[in-house]
Amino acid sequence: MAVDVRLPTVLRPHAGGLSTVSANGATIGEVLNDLVTRYPGMAGQVLTEDGALHRFVNVYVDDDDVRYLEQLDTKVADGATVSILPAVAGGCGR
Amino acid sequence: MVGPMLRLPAPLYTQMVGHCLSGLPDEACGLLGGDPDGVVVSCYPTRNLAGSAKLYTVDPGQHLRADRDAEANGMAIIGVFHSHTHTDAYPSPTDVAQAPDPDWHYVLVSLRDTHPVVRSYRIVGDRVDEETVIVEPRRAHPSGGFARTTAR
Repeated sequence: MAVDVRLPTVLRPHAGGLSTVSANGATIGEVLNDLVTRYPGMAGQVLTEDGALHRFVNVYVDDDDVRYLEQLDTKVADGATVSILPAVAGGCGR
Repeated sequence: MVGPMLRLPAPLYTQMVGHCLSGLPDEACGLLGGDPDGVVVSCYPTRNLAGSAKLYTVDPGQHLRADRDAEANGMAIIGVFHSHTHTDAYPSPTDVAQAPDPDWHYVLVSLRDTHPVVRSYRIVGDRVDEETVIVEPRRAHPSGGFARTTAR
């Protein structure tokens, strides 16, 4: 099934400047793999080489953060919106 | 030629610094909405999920809501602010390594001294460039309203 994927500004150059694109999949893992197949420039920024969710991004199905659901196995309903945002963190560190 | 700058309406400056002070002894954080030229229109204080005086993590759920609110109002998230409770208002190696977007403005609020010190930076890769922060008197938002001071 096709879902809309909202992209953060930092990923948009890899999708011709689009803020929302379509991708297919029944789970978040399938949707993200389809996304990076369509837009290979995003590969290292969304998924790790091992295929895990990159720790520098947060992914949501509608209002829910998939890390609090079933991560890459989270089901995606037809017509759902998937959002990707950068994980924002830092600090003085000492 | 005018260099890079961040324009902060005074009410949002006050809201941002107040949020940082209220977060003591931990670091506090939040997001800034506005236009890409560096005009801030909304301040979104967020929880620091790290709950630490040395680290911050913006609550992802609040980030999503802020992002949607900004978009719904014709803006975008253009930057992040956080406090340093006992060090300078300068990005740490952790801040630089984890800077999520080269187009964002990175605002540091140092609470080390008697008075808060606010500085803003652009971070592209390992390069850190300070930009001017202009605190503007309360002014009309282009939509006809005033600069917004509430997160949602």
